[in-house]
Amino acid sequence: MAIRRILIANRGEIAARIIRSCRTLDIEVVLAVSSADRDGEPARQADRVVCIGSAKSADSYLNAAAIVHAAVATGADAIHPGYGFLSERAVLPQLCARAGIVFIGPTAEQIVAVGDKLRARAAAETANVPVVPGGAANSPAEAVALARKISTPLLVKAVGGGGGRGLKLVERLEDLPKMLDLAAAEAGAAFGDARVYLEHYIGCGRHVEVQVLGDGAGRVIQLGERDCSVQRRYQKLIEETPAPGLSAAVRDSLRQAAVRFAERIGYLSAGTVEFIVDAQREAFYFLEMNARIQVEHPVTEAVTGIDLIAEQIAIANGSGLRLQSEVRTLGCAIECRVNAEDYRNDFRPSPGRVRDVSWPAGEGIRVDTHVVPGSSIPPFYDSLIAKIIASGPDRASALARLRGAIGATHISGVHSNLGFHRAALDDPEFQAGGVDTGFVARLYARRPDLSEQRTGGAAHG
Amino acid sequence: MTLTAADVAEIMRLVEQSKFDELNLEIDGIKLTLRRAGASAKFAPSLMTPPGRLDAVADAADGTNASAARCETAVPADANFRDITSPMLGTFYRAPKPGSAPFVEIGSVVHEDSVIAIIEVMKLMNTVRAGAKGVITQILPADETLVEFGEVLMRMRRDP
Repeated sequence: MAIRRILIANRGEIAARIIRSCRTLDIEVVLAVSSADRDGEPARQADRVVCIGSAKSADSYLNAAAIVHAAVATGADAIHPGYGFLSERAVLPQLCARAGIVFIGPTAEQIVAVGDKLRARAAAETANVPVVPGGAANSPAEAVALARKISTPLLVKAVGGGGGRGLKLVERLEDLPKMLDLAAAEAGAAFGDARVYLEHYIGCGRHVEVQVLGDGAGRVIQLGERDCSVQRRYQKLIEETPAPGLSAAVRDSLRQAAVRFAERIGYLSAGTVEFIVDAQREAFYFLEMNARIQVEHPVTEAVTGIDLIAEQIAIANGSGLRLQSEVRTLGCAIECRVNAEDYRNDFRPSPGRVRDVSWPAGEGIRVDTHVVPGSSIPPFYDSLIAKIIASGPDRASALARLRGAIGATHISGVHSNLGFHRAALDDPEFQAGGVDTGFVARLYARRPDLSEQRTGGAAHG
Repeated sequence: MTLTAADVAEIMRLVEQSKFDELNLEIDGIKLTLRRAGASAKFAPSLMTPPGRLDAVADAADGTNASAARCETAVPADANFRDITSPMLGTFYRAPKPGSAPFVEIGSVVHEDSVIAIIEVMKLMNTVRAGAKGVITQILPADETLVEFGEVLMRMRRDP
């Protein structure tokens, strides 16, 4: 069955991004919005808008029944979940199947399998993909025994989680019992699953992930890796492809490991296999798989020329998966996530109304955004307002274009993290490439001006 | 002269009691179109939208709203009137089951807890209550059509 009408169950820049691919493919768009997003830019772009619930996510973007009902009632053939919200909840593909709607993403079983981090670890080991030393911690005694074996520092992680919640760093063994309790409580509250597990902590690791596409019948291709090491509290800020400074051998075995993992679970649709890379030792370890399109997918699109949303739709449509030999990468791409947050004030979210905004344009520049002058940034959702992506024949040219693009971007009415991005892109360590996840902390230590709070002036007077 | 809400309610009651499915009335440049709910299949789009452009859906919706809009010219916005909005997205049902009498009609007297409609979401039936004492003066969506969160289902005149 050919997909002719898609209901998008998401908001913000990714809703606008999916609409763009639908336009190219001549597919009609029904946009499911909360009452806070009725007047947003994506709603203006969609063919039809249905209000599925109140501003509260639980009533709207997390309301699977209302979303599937809306899809059926508006004659949509398929639902695209975007990222976040219901994108990795098995309930959405389950309800879709019951209602005869195509879910553009993996199967419910695959979502469950990779969502359980211990099961995912086990699958990785079976697929001969290296995992960080660690394992289940079902009792405090078992946890202490395991912690001795894998040695500190270590991380207590949520079996059902991700995104940094339920994650605790343990530097001394005697802190372990307390951290286990804290992590379990946080995980229980965030994911409804209090199980935790332990992993050895790799301090100077780099976060590198591989984009894969699977046909659900066992064939998987990879579209190269992305380095997402510029993070603060596990929230990514800058991403790039290819990962700078990896040896050809490490790069290739990383990509092959991701393919083996996805093949092992017969993965369907677009997904990302995340690794932590110990660059000094030339070693890498499986972290988790994200069973969705990711925020940072545009850097991969920039170097491959492949529209990943269109690939997801084609796979969901049963039109098949392209061949690995068709994937050619050219050049480098770097992305900055522009958030409505105050980088001088502990990255505090800064919702409100955007007064004026000017986005950059030019050769090798792409801007994914839903924000125009007058747009409202509601306080109910994440603070991402745009992604600015620059590409070029090599990293230096991509970086030069990105610096120009960030410099040409102006936002007023809400705080943004543009100043952080300017500082990061100007920093010699970032310019040299291959930073680890400690980069943001070092940058703040080098640049005290980044933490000078914007007070009314009295503080500096 | 202008049609008052009471006049409209009275006309609706007459139509309701008659054997006619539709009434078109024109007085002093005010056009009033009344149709009995469920009278015409073309007027009650089914849950499953037939394949075709989205315009088809929009047209049906416009048809509903056109008569509603005309009614609105006759029913002035007033503090004595209250909108009953849909608490969720779903399919609007006027009656507890097919073939049975609707919960309310134009002119029905309702109390706070009176059930005025059902909203079905994925086979789950949710009742909607009037929320105030008064008289139903207008019913906006056609029976068995999609209503959105916050959409006005009915208007009522509050009892003083």
